[in-house]
Amino acid sequence: MLKIINGQVYDPTNGVRGEVRDIFIENGKIVKPSSLSQADEIIDASGCVVMPGGVEIHSHIAGPKVNSARSMCPEDHYDHFKGSTSVSRSGTGYTVPTTYLTGYLYSQLGYTTAFEAAVPVLEARHAHEELNDTPMLDSGMYTLMGNNYMIMKILNEKDDIGRRERLRDMITWLLTSSRGYSVKVVNPGGVESWKWNQGGVDLDTPVPPFGITPRKILLELVKGVEGLKLPHSLHLHANHLGEVGNYKTTLETMHTLEGLRTHFTHMQFHSYGITKNNGIKSAAREIADCLNEHPEFTCDAGQIVFGPVTTMTADSPMQFRLHQMTGNKWINTDVEMETGSGIVPMRYSPSVLFNAVQWCIGLELLLLVKNPWQIVLTTDNPNAGPFIAYPSIIKLLMDKDYRKAMIEQLHPKAVRYTNLKDIEREYTMEEIAIITRSAPAKILGLSQKGNLKIGADADVAIYKLQKDKEKMFAQAKYVLKDGRVVLKDGQIVKSILGRRFVVEPDGCKTLLPDMVEDFNNYYSVQLSNFAVQDDYLLRSEVISCG
Amino acid sequence: MAITEHKDVVCTFCGSLCDDLVVEVEDNKITKIKNVCKIGRNRLMHSQLDYAPLKVNGQEASLNDAYDEAARILTEAKAPLIYGLSSTTCEANREAIELTEILKGLIDNPSSYCHGPGVLARQFVGMPSCTLGEIKNRSDLIIVWGANPMESHMRHFSKYSVMAKGMYTPEGRKGRKVVVIDVRPTPSSKTADMFIQVTPGHDFEIASVLRAMLKGLRLEGLDDDSLVGGVPLSRWKEFIELIKASHYGVVMFGIGLTQSKGKDLNIEQIITLVDEINKFTRFYIMPMRGHANVNGCNQVLSWQAGYPLAVSYNKGYPRFNPGEFSVVDMLNRKDVDAALIIATDPGAHLPKSAVDYLKSIPTIVVEPTRNLSTPWANVVIPVAPAGVGVEGTYYRMDNVPLRLKKLVDFPYPSDVEVLRAIKERVSHVKNN
Repeated sequence: MLKIINGQVYDPTNGVRGEVRDIFIENGKIVKPSSLSQADEIIDASGCVVMPGGVEIHSHIAGPKVNSARSMCPEDHYDHFKGSTSVSRSGTGYTVPTTYLTGYLYSQLGYTTAFEAAVPVLEARHAHEELNDTPMLDSGMYTLMGNNYMIMKILNEKDDIGRRERLRDMITWLLTSSRGYSVKVVNPGGVESWKWNQGGVDLDTPVPPFGITPRKILLELVKGVEGLKLPHSLHLHANHLGEVGNYKTTLETMHTLEGLRTHFTHMQFHSYGITKNNGIKSAAREIADCLNEHPEFTCDAGQIVFGPVTTMTADSPMQFRLHQMTGNKWINTDVEMETGSGIVPMRYSPSVLFNAVQWCIGLELLLLVKNPWQIVLTTDNPNAGPFIAYPSIIKLLMDKDYRKAMIEQLHPKAVRYTNLKDIEREYTMEEIAIITRSAPAKILGLSQKGNLKIGADADVAIYKLQKDKEKMFAQAKYVLKDGRVVLKDGQIVKSILGRRFVVEPDGCKTLLPDMVEDFNNYYSVQLSNFAVQDDYLLRSEVISCG
Repeated sequence: MAITEHKDVVCTFCGSLCDDLVVEVEDNKITKIKNVCKIGRNRLMHSQLDYAPLKVNGQEASLNDAYDEAARILTEAKAPLIYGLSSTTCEANREAIELTEILKGLIDNPSSYCHGPGVLARQFVGMPSCTLGEIKNRSDLIIVWGANPMESHMRHFSKYSVMAKGMYTPEGRKGRKVVVIDVRPTPSSKTADMFIQVTPGHDFEIASVLRAMLKGLRLEGLDDDSLVGGVPLSRWKEFIELIKASHYGVVMFGIGLTQSKGKDLNIEQIITLVDEINKFTRFYIMPMRGHANVNGCNQVLSWQAGYPLAVSYNKGYPRFNPGEFSVVDMLNRKDVDAALIIATDPGAHLPKSAVDYLKSIPTIVVEPTRNLSTPWANVVIPVAPAGVGVEGTYYRMDNVPLRLKKLVDFPYPSDVEVLRAIKERVSHVKNN
C-alpha cells in the first residue's frame, strides 16, 4: 500500500476543496483509508496540492498528420531535444514532439490521460502504432465521420426509421474498425466540398454528391451518438473555423443541436465577431451566454499561445486558406471515402492585431462561461499553441493583475475589439482542477478518471504550492500512474505503457451488406484488411456504453 | 497434403502494397499466387529458396554465437551504422532505432539515395497529396514524371491510377487524360495521351516556366517555337491548358526527378507548381516509393527521432543532417567503423567506393536470402521475411498502413527477434 499524507487535496467531483487529507492506494486504485495495513511507501505532500492526474480532451499527438508534421518540420526539433536515460528514451520537438517525448512532457505537467483528436479509419492503425510508443498516458482517439461517403449515402435515404438503424450500424462499424472512442466531426460537408473545388459550406449548403446539408449531417450524427449511448458526446469542430464573423454559424449550430449533448471543440476559433470593416472582434460573450443557458453543451477553449505553432486539422479547405494567407509550407492529404487533412506551420504574435484578438477571445470564453464543468483547458495542441503552455494559461486565469499586464503588451488596438480587460474573475484552485481533469473526465464518460474516490484509478499529480502558478503547474513534484510513482521532481523515474480506451456500441460491427460493393469498388484496400487488428491494442480497456 | 489458401495477402515488393493477392500454400511451401505482378510473384515464389547462411567470420555458427559476435562488434565500435530497414516491418524499425539510441550510433535507410530528395523538398514547401483511392475515384488527369510504373510498380496503373475505375471515374482509362514526361520512351509513355520527351537535367527549368505560364506571366525572349527542356513552348502551353481544364489532377513522380540534376530542387519547384494549380483546381503530387516499406522506415524514424532519415544518436539524442549522416556520404568519408545491415543489399545498391569501405569494417547482415553482401559480411543472420514468414506493419506510398500476414513457417527468427536479442546483449554490456 502507498499513502500520500499531509497534502491539500482537490477532488472537485467529490467536493474536496483543499482540505488536508491522506490518500491510500493499493493495486493501482484509490482505496479506503485503513489503519490496519502497513504502508509500503509514504509520500509526504506537506506544502503540496494533490489532484487527480490531468486529462487531455483534445490534442493532436499521434497519427498520420502529426507524423507528417514532424517529418516536414525539422526546424521545430533542432533546439528542443532530450537525451535518453536509464528509464526514458530520447526525443525532439517543440510543437510536434516525438511520441516518447510527448508522453514525458504531459507527465511533467501532471497529466495521465490524453485523447488524440482526429483519426481517419483508413489510417487508424498508424495512430495506434504511435500511441503504443507514447508512454505515461492512457489514451484514446476520435474517429472522423463528418465527411464520410457512406454516412452521407445513408443520410440520403428516405425511410426515417430504417435510416436511423443503418446509421447506428455504420457508426458502430467505423468506431470498432478504427478502435476509436468517439465520433469526431470536422467542418461537416466542407471537406467533401473542397474535394470538388467548391467553396465553404453553411449549415444549409447542399454537399456533393448527395446534396446532404451540414445541418442534417450534424443532427443525425448527434442523435446517432446519443442513441448508441457512447460515453463521450459527439466531438464537433464546427463549420467556418477561424473566419471572421463565424460566431453566427456557431450559434446557429448550437441552436440546431439544442437539447442534445454535444462537445464543441476549440471554441476560441469559432467565436469571432465582425467589425464594420470586416475585421475581427470578440463574440465570446454571445457564445458564452449560449453555453451558460445550455448545460447540455460542453466545450474546450483552444486558447492561443504566442509563439510557433503547427496547425493541423482534417479541415483541408481551412488549411489551404492558412497556406494562402501566410505563404507557409503546406501539406494536404485527401483521404478516400472519409475525410481530408492539412498542415501549415505558423506563428502567433502579440503585435499582430488579429492574433492579439484571438488570444483575448480564448481567455474571455474561459472567464465568461460560468460553470467550469462546461469548459476544458486546451490549446487544440499544436494548433493554437503547444500543450506545454498550459501552466502559463493557468497563471493568466488565476492572476488578474498578471493578465492585465499581459494585455498591455498586445497590439494597442486589441482592447477595442475585446472585453478581456474588464473581466475581474480569477480562477480558484478548485476551478483549475475542474477544467484540467475533473470536467474532461466527466465529459469523456471516464468515471475512474479525474477524481480520487474509492475505486478510481490511482492517477495522481502532486504540485508544490507556489505563488507563481505557472511555475507551480509547469513541473509536478510527483506523478503517480496506476498507483506507481512515474515522475519525481520533474524527472521520469518509471516509463509505463498506458491503456487504450475503446468502446463497443451495440450496433452491427460488420459493414452493412449492401455497402460491401461500394467498399470494394471505391476503397483502395480490401475490406478484410481495413479494420485495426487486435495486435495494435497492447493494453485496451472497454468503456461501456449507456 | 491440404492446400491452404490465403486471401487478401499484402505484397511486400513495391510501395503500392497491393493487398488482394491470393496465395496457395501446400506442405508449408508457396505453390501458387493470383492477383500479382511478375516482380511480386518472383519475390514471393523465391522467398523460400536460397536462405542466407548463418555464419560468423565465414564459419558456421549458432544463433547465440552470431548474436554475441554482433553485440561485440557493435559495442566496441565508436560510430556504428545501422542501415537498411526499408524491406522489413515497422516493428523491426522500432527495435533498430532503440538499438541505435543505446549504441549512440547512426541510422539511415535507402531513401537517402532514392526518394530522400522528395522528403527534403517536402521540408521546404510541404506537399499537397491524397491517398491512392482518391486517384482511383476522382482523378481526370494523371501526370507521370520521371517514373516508369509499368515496369517498376506494375499493377499501379490498373489498380489505383491510369486505368482504375472508381466512384467518379466509371470509364477508367477513357475518362482520363494521361501525360508522361520522361527523357526516353518507356512502356509507361506508350500508354499516354501526351508523351513529352524532355532533355535530361531540365526539370527545374521546365517547372519554373510552367509556373510562369500558369500565372500568365510574360516569358521574355521566348516564343512558341522556343525550346524549354527540348520541347517547344507551344507544347507546354497545351499541357498547361490540360491542367487548367482538369478537376482533380495528380503528378506521380519517380527517381528520374529525385536523382537527376537538381534533385530536391526539382521536387521543390514541381510541388510549388502543384500548390499554385490549387488556386484553379484540385491538384496533388505523390512520390512513387520503391521499396515496399521505405515509407514505414521514414514514419517510425519521424515519430521516434523527429526526423525521417539520416539520423545520428552520437550525442545521446537524435540529430538530423542529410549529407552528413546519410549512408553513402558516411561510408565514403569513412565516418563509421562498424555496420549492422537489415533487409537491404548494399553490395548490390551502393556505389563501389562505399561498398569497398563497408567490406573493410566489421559488418553484420540480417537478411532472409543470400545476396551480394552476405558473402563478405562478418556476421550473417538469416531471418524469416516480413509478410511471408512474419506479420507486421508496412506503410504504402500514400501513408496508408497495412498489416502483413504470415503465410509459411521459416526455420529462422524474425528481424524483431534478432534485433531484440542483440539489443539485450548490448544493453547488458553498456549497463555493466
